[in-house]
Amino acid sequence: MSRARWLAKELGPPLVGIAGAIVVWAILAATTSIPSPASVWSAFVDGIRDGTLPEAAAKTLIRLAFSFFVAVVIGTSLGLLLALNEFARRSIRPLVVALQITPFVAWVPLAVIWFGSSERAVVFVTIVGSFPAMTIATLQAIRQVPPVYARTGLTMGARGWQLYRKIILPAALPGVMAGLQQAWGFAWKALMAGELIVAAAHAGLGHLLDPRGGVAIPTVFAALAVILVIGVAVDYLLFGQLDRRIRRRRGLILEG
Amino acid sequence: MGETMQALSSKPPAPAEPKLAVRELVMTRRTASGETVTATDRLTFDVATGEFVCLLGPSGSGKTLLLNVLAGLEAPTSGEALLDGRPISGPGPDRVVLFQEPSLFPWLSVRGNIELALELVGFAASERRAAADRWLARVHLAGWGDAQPHELSAGMRQRVALARALAADPDVLLCDEPFGALDALARELLQRELQGVWLGSEGTKTLLFVTHNVREAALLADRVLVMSAAPGRLLEEFRIHAPRPRSLDDVLVARVVSEIHDLLMREVDASVAREMAR
Repeated sequence: MSRARWLAKELGPPLVGIAGAIVVWAILAATTSIPSPASVWSAFVDGIRDGTLPEAAAKTLIRLAFSFFVAVVIGTSLGLLLALNEFARRSIRPLVVALQITPFVAWVPLAVIWFGSSERAVVFVTIVGSFPAMTIATLQAIRQVPPVYARTGLTMGARGWQLYRKIILPAALPGVMAGLQQAWGFAWKALMAGELIVAAAHAGLGHLLDPRGGVAIPTVFAALAVILVIGVAVDYLLFGQLDRRIRRRRGLILEG
Repeated sequence: MGETMQALSSKPPAPAEPKLAVRELVMTRRTASGETVTATDRLTFDVATGEFVCLLGPSGSGKTLLLNVLAGLEAPTSGEALLDGRPISGPGPDRVVLFQEPSLFPWLSVRGNIELALELVGFAASERRAAADRWLARVHLAGWGDAQPHELSAGMRQRVALARALAADPDVLLCDEPFGALDALARELLQRELQGVWLGSEGTKTLLFVTHNVREAALLADRVLVMSAAPGRLLEEFRIHAPRPRSLDDVLVARVVSEIHDLLMREVDASVAREMAR
């Protein structure tokens, strides 16, 4: 397949989807008080020009990178611990599941009480909002490794930690990748909620979503668009591609 | 007392000491519906060093369970499983298992799979690559080292698994219907491959090969142990003296095949009758 045709096949459907959404949006804007695509576009251009959007995005991404990294470290190590130790699994797993099904927004007021209206409160909400997904995914991925791999490893002489490092963990990698992608979605949402509610976390994309702070409505939409684009781009370009590479290498994807 | 024990155990084993010994072995297993079923019933047999023994029996005669016990992956319910006269307490690279299901690690290349086996038995990192390539050439897969397992046919994958098993240089190779899922041609090639390796070891490698294919057993084994339907007991053993490599046209082989076949048919009929009578 030629490069151009591949691009058309790969990007065609999502572009059609986006174009359709913009058309629906334009129709809605004409009949309601929703800002039109054109006014949002000019708010976006202004935001880029005066630096508010890039600055907010940079602030947000730094917070996100830090929180997501911490969440992944906590999440995978806890998942591994729960996989290794039955007592830990039976005692801690229900708590992690409880954390996972708690809406992360519920943590914001508590975080503000514990950490004050501060940067730390936002980071806390993001970590608590995303690490449980990582823990559960890691645990599941390890527990779903086909037993024949472990048995083969054992008869080949792998022992203890070696068995995990050389066989169980590599075998669990696709499942851990899926967890990473899921945790990313949670972290992104939790961070936005945190930035939106915690006033002191000024100058973040989430903060630009709050018209009560004097942000013009078209700017709110422009910020929303930036959030969407970053979220989807990281999900698709980073985690999606990584996941596809791992799966293709293992023969779990048949096409190309 | 301690000294005496030491003196005894450091003495070289008597030549008559079997490599593998199974003594009054009982294995029970739980079915999906929660029933406890006796899989093997007071099974007793020996496998001598360098011997090629096939374990043959109808499905459900506990062959796989028995192999798992010898591999050290499962503990017997009662009775003993001995390696060089000592109870088997766990798995180890001196007794590698060749499973029926494809067990190559999909995250490693073909060469990587063999290199891992070498690493786990303590090969120096600098020697692994060359050694792995030698093993690949040995099973006629030179040049396939960089491929991923999924790019190979089922027969080729099982050849890689054989190379990986042999790379650890085990004294005992335990085979659990390793060629059961292969087509006739691939099966024959692998049987020849395995037999070649075993002959090449000149009486140092002991093979215990589980199968339910009578002809495969007659082609490969020095001795065929025929097991009964569940619960598995030893029904009869056949010594096969035909020269190798054998052909199914060999009169001796053909006769053993038909004898074992008749025995198994009678056993299956009898076990159906037993079930009906219950």
